[in-house]
Amino acid sequence: MVPLSYYLVLSGILFACGVTGFLIKRNIITIFMSIELMLNGVNLSFVAFAAQWHQLSGQVFVFFVMVVAAAEATVGLAIIIAVFRTRETLNVDQVNLLKL
Amino acid sequence: MNPNLHLWLIPVLPLLGAAINGALGKRFSRQAVTSVALLFCGAAFGMALWVASQFSSLSLPHTEYVATWIRAGSFQADFAFYLDQLSLVMLLVVSGVGFLIHIYSVGYMWEEGGYYRFFAYLNLFMFFMLTLVLASNYLLMFIGWEGVGLASYLLIGFWFTKDSAASAGKKAFIVNRIGDFGFLIALFLLIQHFGSLDFTTVFQKVLPFSPETNGAGLLTAIALLLMVGACGKSAQIPLYVWLPDAMEGPTPVSALIHAATMVTAGVYMVARSHVIFERAPSALTAVAIIGTLTALFAATIGVAQTDIKKVLAYSTISQLGYMFLACGVAAFSAGIFHLMTHAFFKGLLFLAAGSVIHALGGEQDMRHMGGLRTKIPWTFWTMTAGTFAIAGIPPFAGFFSKDEILWRAYQASWIYWLIGLSTAFLTSFYMFRLWFMTFFGEYRGDMEDSHTPGGAHAVAPEQPGHGHGGIHESPKVMLVPLMILAVLSVVGGWVGVPGSLGGNNRFDKFLGPVFHATAPDVNATQTSPGELAPPEKQTEGPEPKTGPATELIFTGVSVAAALTGLYLAWLLYLRRPQLPQKIARWLNGFYDMVLNKYYVDEFYSTIFVKPLIDGSRAILWHGIDQGVIDAAVDKSAEEALEVSDGVRHMESGNVRSYASWVAMGAAGVIAYMIWVALR
Repeated sequence: MVPLSYYLVLSGILFACGVTGFLIKRNIITIFMSIELMLNGVNLSFVAFAAQWHQLSGQVFVFFVMVVAAAEATVGLAIIIAVFRTRETLNVDQVNLLKL
Repeated sequence: MNPNLHLWLIPVLPLLGAAINGALGKRFSRQAVTSVALLFCGAAFGMALWVASQFSSLSLPHTEYVATWIRAGSFQADFAFYLDQLSLVMLLVVSGVGFLIHIYSVGYMWEEGGYYRFFAYLNLFMFFMLTLVLASNYLLMFIGWEGVGLASYLLIGFWFTKDSAASAGKKAFIVNRIGDFGFLIALFLLIQHFGSLDFTTVFQKVLPFSPETNGAGLLTAIALLLMVGACGKSAQIPLYVWLPDAMEGPTPVSALIHAATMVTAGVYMVARSHVIFERAPSALTAVAIIGTLTALFAATIGVAQTDIKKVLAYSTISQLGYMFLACGVAAFSAGIFHLMTHAFFKGLLFLAAGSVIHALGGEQDMRHMGGLRTKIPWTFWTMTAGTFAIAGIPPFAGFFSKDEILWRAYQASWIYWLIGLSTAFLTSFYMFRLWFMTFFGEYRGDMEDSHTPGGAHAVAPEQPGHGHGGIHESPKVMLVPLMILAVLSVVGGWVGVPGSLGGNNRFDKFLGPVFHATAPDVNATQTSPGELAPPEKQTEGPEPKTGPATELIFTGVSVAAALTGLYLAWLLYLRRPQLPQKIARWLNGFYDMVLNKYYVDEFYSTIFVKPLIDGSRAILWHGIDQGVIDAAVDKSAEEALEVSDGVRHMESGNVRSYASWVAMGAAGVIAYMIWVALR
């Protein structure tokens, strides 16, 4: 059996990738994907612990996270399209005014 | 059991006057202020007279307890009053002369601004001075002592808008602090070693001591420190410098505080502590030497002064020196006798000088006076009485007291006598110089004669300012006190006519129980300190062994010295008025030195004042205040600014930089947790 620490290390790497992408990327789509990556890194640690301790609550939590992430993705992508239509750019540093 | 005399009322009455005038006087009319001030001061004088009338039926010393003031462990200080022959004399002199000068001030100050303020201060002074002379312990005496200093400060600086007056007030206050420091340490020593400041208790405990002949010891230390205090208050070398400057105050103030009463407080304090001083012969010698030197030193300065009040100021210092000399040769009653006659004639001289100044519209320079004899006759005649009294010409008051001091000084050492005699000559010379320059010869000023008969000016508020309308005699309200003091200056000495002149020195006998009963017994040196006081001696104390014939010769010599002074003054300032300038030119350097008061003020300024100011500027101001305190405040502000400037960059407004801070924080937390887990 694969030991728990492997899962956790992978989860940490995924999360770190997400954070790094979130911090250094300018493109709003990439930032969005980085957030998804962080969420999935966390999900991985949840299911790993759930499998380790034979408890379902971790897995249930992952479903909730997936549902919220899906909802977030629909709203977020809608906003991105709206932003792109008005600003004609996806660079976050140029989207620094609340009203154009 | 003595009846309760309510002695506390005597000082408190003027305090009430001061409170009323001080608080409400601004809204009162001048008449109301006058009546309040005179009423309360007069009431105090009346009480003093009543106490004097009850005096013979009292068993002395009479102490009256009012309230406990401080109680700490075994130490206790009370509000209590002490009456014996000595305080009675002081009480009558202070309240009597004080009352007369209050009356005089009504005329002198009538046209001045701040009239109510003047009388409030004057009454306040009376309160403190009466507290001083009636106190039954050193601490209460110290209250009066400091209080008269305060009143003196306020009154010297009465015309505080004048820069010289304000700084003269400060000078008087600061120089007096130097003396008070000695006084205070003496009080601490008394508390430490005798556990009390009460006169009766302290003197009781001191009585069994034998005189400290080797010049070192507790009593000598206490006596010397008390002497420092007395030197400050009574303007003796080296602390006399404040008194001439104190003449910046109104003239009645100079008469009351800086001639008749306050400056004699030091003499009174030494006389009051005579039990201690008698057992410290070295301290007594120090007192005598200081007194003698001051008497001569101030008299020589007085010779060259041209300001009428400055002459009188130096003369006061010189006469106080006489009183110190008397105390220093253990002739306390002679010192108090001179204190009393001096209060009369010097009060008179100052008031008369004030009357002259008033007549001339504020002119104080004697070189611009002259020939005033016929123009202000009343002032002239009263001043004549004062001049003859201070010069020591019989039968005026000063003759008896000064002669007594000189005679007793001779018993101690012929040097004291010789210097005292020279001083007597100088005194006579400069006083008659003042007299001739002011009242005789040609008028040298530029004021017109007003052609109004003397004394015709009533006190009239509508009369504008001093001296308008030419040279005029002062109003009656000023002349009456002058006359009363003139009479006292003539007859005041008759209570102390010495045996050699057919009297029996009743003054000395009156004070005898205070001073002679406690003189250290020669046999007491053998008795153990635990035994009580030596047996009371009701006799004249150390009465001179030599006969009255010798004393008469000495009297003759001092009268001759006074007459020589009179003759010289007449010769130099009336007969040949160009002569003084020739002599001054002849004595060029010395004359300049005397004219500039021996450069003592300059010397003090170089030795003490300037280093103090420079040191304060360099070390305290630039060093500590700017270098430490200000620097600490400024530096901490600067540091805060710098740190904030560094931290400010965290708040960039950039979301991703915030996110990176969050990420770094999270990484920090994780690292910490890992570190905790691995530990």
